Amino acid sequence: MKFSVSELRSLFFGDKQADRVVPPSGFTAQLTLFAAGAMAFLAVFALALSLASGRLAARWGDELARTSTIRIVAPAGERAIQTDAALRVLETTAGVESARALTDEEQQTLLSPWFGAEIDLRSLPVPRLIEVVENPSGFDAEGLRLRLAAEVLAAFLDDHTRWRAPLVQAANRLRLLGWIAIFLIGAAVGAMVTLAANAALAANAQVVAVLRLVGATDRYIAEAFIRRFTIRAFIGAGVGVIFGMLAVLLLPSAGDDAGFLTGLGFQGAGWLAPLLIPVMAGGVALIATRIASRRALEALS
Amino acid sequence: MIELENVAYSYGGGELLSDISIKLAPGSFYFLTGPSGAGKTTLLKLCYGALLPTAGQVRIMGNDVRNLDRDGVAMMRRNVGVVHQDVKFLDHLPVADNIALPLTVSGRQNEAGGADLGELLAWVGLNHRAAGLPPELSGGERQRAALARAVIMSPDVVLADEPTGNVDWEMSQRLLKLLIELNKMGKTVLIATHDLSLIRAAKSEVQARVLRISNRRLQLAGADL
Repeated sequence: MKFSVSELRSLFFGDKQADRVVPPSGFTAQLTLFAAGAMAFLAVFALALSLASGRLAARWGDELARTSTIRIVAPAGERAIQTDAALRVLETTAGVESARALTDEEQQTLLSPWFGAEIDLRSLPVPRLIEVVENPSGFDAEGLRLRLAAEVLAAFLDDHTRWRAPLVQAANRLRLLGWIAIFLIGAAVGAMVTLAANAALAANAQVVAVLRLVGATDRYIAEAFIRRFTIRAFIGAGVGVIFGMLAVLLLPSAGDDAGFLTGLGFQGAGWLAPLLIPVMAGGVALIATRIASRRALEALS
Repeated sequence: MIELENVAYSYGGGELLSDISIKLAPGSFYFLTGPSGAGKTTLLKLCYGALLPTAGQVRIMGNDVRNLDRDGVAMMRRNVGVVHQDVKFLDHLPVADNIALPLTVSGRQNEAGGADLGELLAWVGLNHRAAGLPPELSGGERQRAALARAVIMSPDVVLADEPTGNVDWEMSQRLLKLLIELNKMGKTVLIATHDLSLIRAAKSEVQARVLRISNRRLQLAGADL
């Protein structure tokens, strides 16, 4: 289906006279507006979900993929020696950008949610943690594990892949669901406009017949309907998007601790994405009305 | 102008019209008559492309109607004025707008409000009704509005299907007078009617040819009816 520039122009800046040939339809017009608005409102959330889970997947994939942890589980006396040994192994491992043992204070901070801030960790057999940051090419986890097993008996490598992969997968699946929801919403708008356009064409069968008899082309008749539904869907979706964006904006923010739920929203240029929804709704309405009116007109001599 | 060559038309069951050949000469005045159900309306519809012949050829303004696409049919209708048997208007628009509708739909709406429209309204005697809505019109007024709408594009041919079907004698005289005036301006006029007294009344004013449908065929009726 192709639209020439002149066709689109006449669609949006069409003559007032042509609009008058189809009688105004108050109630059904408002229903179309409302349905388009409600759909656009939902689409804003689906879009927010898609973008947020996309960000989440990227963040988990990116940050966590490049860090690993080595645990040194050894009696208090040997811990420092084993740690140094592990660090030496890491220095000579290809793909490791930096490696650093966490200090007691850092470990204390990490564990305080579980043990409370008062407990002195030195009195407990807490393993020492080494944070390993990969360079972009990454290291061979299996190879490192074997080397550690041979040289530093007390070291265990956690490369995060085991628990990270399902999380990234879940986030990606969530993003896919968001896009499917947006697609379904678009399809529902198309179906709704098709029904409304069919109803309008049927209600105005005599108008259509008279226009045809006095020499109106199919395009002229169809445009009178297409213009209405396109504009209605566009305006309805515009209002829906405004409300949807306001609702997203007013979602409570949990600040730095933003978990997944509170991360639902738009960031930066992402705020421009919902503005495409009315355009898409208008486009869907245009195509749906065009198909509906063509079918209705071809049944007429 | 409009040319039918060995045209036949059959509805589902049987043949309604067969072997009809006629050529409407420019500037001539025709009556098409015959009993009810003989196929007058069908023949007129063939003449303005609302129906396609089941056999033979119909040429309107030199174009074979079979070769016209939907836009071609629309363009052709702008050149043939038709007064339909059951006149239909856009009931939500004033009479004046309805009469100017052919101009509007052909992108000539600038002329729609011009002096010509006023003249045309005066000619059919509907000046005082211009702002009214079609459902408020009487039968005769509807027919006159339909006639005005049919001629606003100044077509070369005017086809009228029972224009005097449901109006009284005086009104049918008035409509006939308008159609005769059109003919005197050089337009080809074809009126389908079963009203023989209307034909007789016309004969004193204009040189009318009478076509009669009988036994599915078209005959040129004699001078006496």
